[in-house]
Amino acid sequence: MPVQVKGEVLSVKPIGDYYSMTVVASGIAEITRPGQFIAVAVGGDDGGMLLRRAFSIYSVRETGVYGGTVEFIFSVTGRGTAWLSRQRPYDPIDVVGPLGRPFALPREPANCVLVGGGYGSAPLFLLADALRTRGCRVDAVLGASTGDRLFGALDAKRMAASVAFTTDDGSYGEKGRVTDVLPEVIDRVHADVVYACGPMAMLEGVQRVAGAAYGGAGIPAQLAVEESMACGVGVCMTCVLPVIGSDDNTRMVRSCVDGPVFAGDRIRWDALGSIPDDAIGSGVEVQKK
Amino acid sequence: MGDVSVTIRQDIGKPRHVSVDMTTSLGPLVVNDPVFTASGCAAAGQELAAFNDLTAIGGVVTKSIQLRPRAGRATPRMAETPSGMLNSIGLQGPGIDVFIKRDLAWLEEHEVTAVVSIAGSSVDDYAKLAGKLRGKPLGMIEVNISCPNVEDRGQVFACDRNAAAAVVSAVRRAAPSGVPVFAKLSPDVTNIVDIAKACVDAGATGLSLINTTLGMVIDTTTMRPILAGVTGGLSGPAIRPMALRCVWQVHEALPEVPIFGIGGIRTGLDAFQFILAGASAVQVGTVIFNDPGAPSRISRELREVLASRGLNSLEQAIGMGHREPETIIPEDPEPPGAEDLDIELGVDADEPAPVETVYIAPDVDEVFDIAAEDA
Repeated sequence: MPVQVKGEVLSVKPIGDYYSMTVVASGIAEITRPGQFIAVAVGGDDGGMLLRRAFSIYSVRETGVYGGTVEFIFSVTGRGTAWLSRQRPYDPIDVVGPLGRPFALPREPANCVLVGGGYGSAPLFLLADALRTRGCRVDAVLGASTGDRLFGALDAKRMAASVAFTTDDGSYGEKGRVTDVLPEVIDRVHADVVYACGPMAMLEGVQRVAGAAYGGAGIPAQLAVEESMACGVGVCMTCVLPVIGSDDNTRMVRSCVDGPVFAGDRIRWDALGSIPDDAIGSGVEVQKK
Repeated sequence: MGDVSVTIRQDIGKPRHVSVDMTTSLGPLVVNDPVFTASGCAAAGQELAAFNDLTAIGGVVTKSIQLRPRAGRATPRMAETPSGMLNSIGLQGPGIDVFIKRDLAWLEEHEVTAVVSIAGSSVDDYAKLAGKLRGKPLGMIEVNISCPNVEDRGQVFACDRNAAAAVVSAVRRAAPSGVPVFAKLSPDVTNIVDIAKACVDAGATGLSLINTTLGMVIDTTTMRPILAGVTGGLSGPAIRPMALRCVWQVHEALPEVPIFGIGGIRTGLDAFQFILAGASAVQVGTVIFNDPGAPSRISRELREVLASRGLNSLEQAIGMGHREPETIIPEDPEPPGAEDLDIELGVDADEPAPVETVYIAPDVDEVFDIAAEDA
């Protein structure tokens, strides 16, 4: 069960092109699982920005000097995140979390490749901890447009057996995309599963690679999607995407409560941003009646 | 001793721990609290139970349900706007049968008052929906005749008095008897009082005012509308003055008709404005996206607002903004004792004490002044 906490900023610090914010918000850290996120109110109680901003949880600390803390990474992309970047220690901040379905973890020790795009890598570090605790091998691939937009390079080197870096401009690691190096990594480490978080286009590429692994046999991919959300708690119906259910039917499901982590082969990549004709309740189906 | 009356003066405007009767009547439906969640902003309640005691607020108005499952519109479905947001969800939902079996059953099991919002694309749809609710556990039917998202050859029931009346009358006939039927109106009309009267004449128990108003945003980078549906419903504090005006006008014209005040309510004071304008209860919507615990918070705040103005029941505040200010002498806590007043005012104890008026609050007086100008 998520909780709503009137917390307090503990620290805000720039990291490369991003910011890290740590908030004191007791009750969230204790129940957070890798892949879950928080929804943060921005602009203050009297401000004109009503919609919460959703961020993957990067790290948690159950007991600190000030109580449980939650750390998340953000990029200043608009007025809401600009406001966040101006907050200072002791400023009040309203946080709801942990939200969403976490990454599914393998029952038996397995070889896991973690793929992050930009600051989409943020939730992968809690995941790596959980996987290693279960005796899994963890390898990582981190990519971004430029070196400054890679997030967690040091963390990745510490937690993973191997790390491959890619940048679009070649300013750090190999020039190219994560999907350029992923097939080689999967083969080299005998990967059993791929975990990824990042832009939708990257996730689609990761799913393609995972599905084609080992000569087309494929391996499962657990993907944390980035859809724009208004509430984060499942009531507004804005963050939907077409997903195939266990009954093989496509439904428009909420990425905040049914995700953000989905099995990659369940997402209708062909129909993102639209309502596929065969989705339950699509306009086309209605017209058939 | 003179300090005593001074202390009481300073108390005005702050919560006093007096009990306020928050009971309100919406036709035959009597609830202990006037704050409800607004349709489309609370799904069917389950998700908000983590943040609110849904049995302590008035109830949950469920997301408008249709006869059949509906996938809704393509994304993006939402855009943030100054003090508000646009949405173009397209009434995504599971259809009435699954809704009754799953969502209405959950609300009953958890003893939450359910107001079922229904939406259709023909008069017959509405009648069928209302018929399916016979014998089901619900407190009210709210008829969504004003959702601007539904594609219906460009026609919206709420914008035509005859179409609105036809739907309301069909629902009233098919609905379980004894269950109040409220019509939710669109502000996008020339004369909302005209539509309100048509709905009441057609059998509406009450009115929900207001639904979203149509708006749009263009992305200046792509140079295209942000919403996949091009236009969307504007909600949030941005539309509050418009909503309040609608409640005011309709209450003035139809003072006996119960009204749900809806539109950009963010705090207990906002809710109080709607009560003063004539609403018997309020619904809070978009604020839930900002603060999932808002329904409980606003209920608590409204109680404090009433108490701090010396009002010991919600009912006496309904429509108060339309009436001349009265001298209100709070019954509780203890009014200034005659003895104290004598000393404070230097009046001879043998003479009858002068009548002491206690002003309810300066900002309420301002509201009355504005009203007087309008009249």
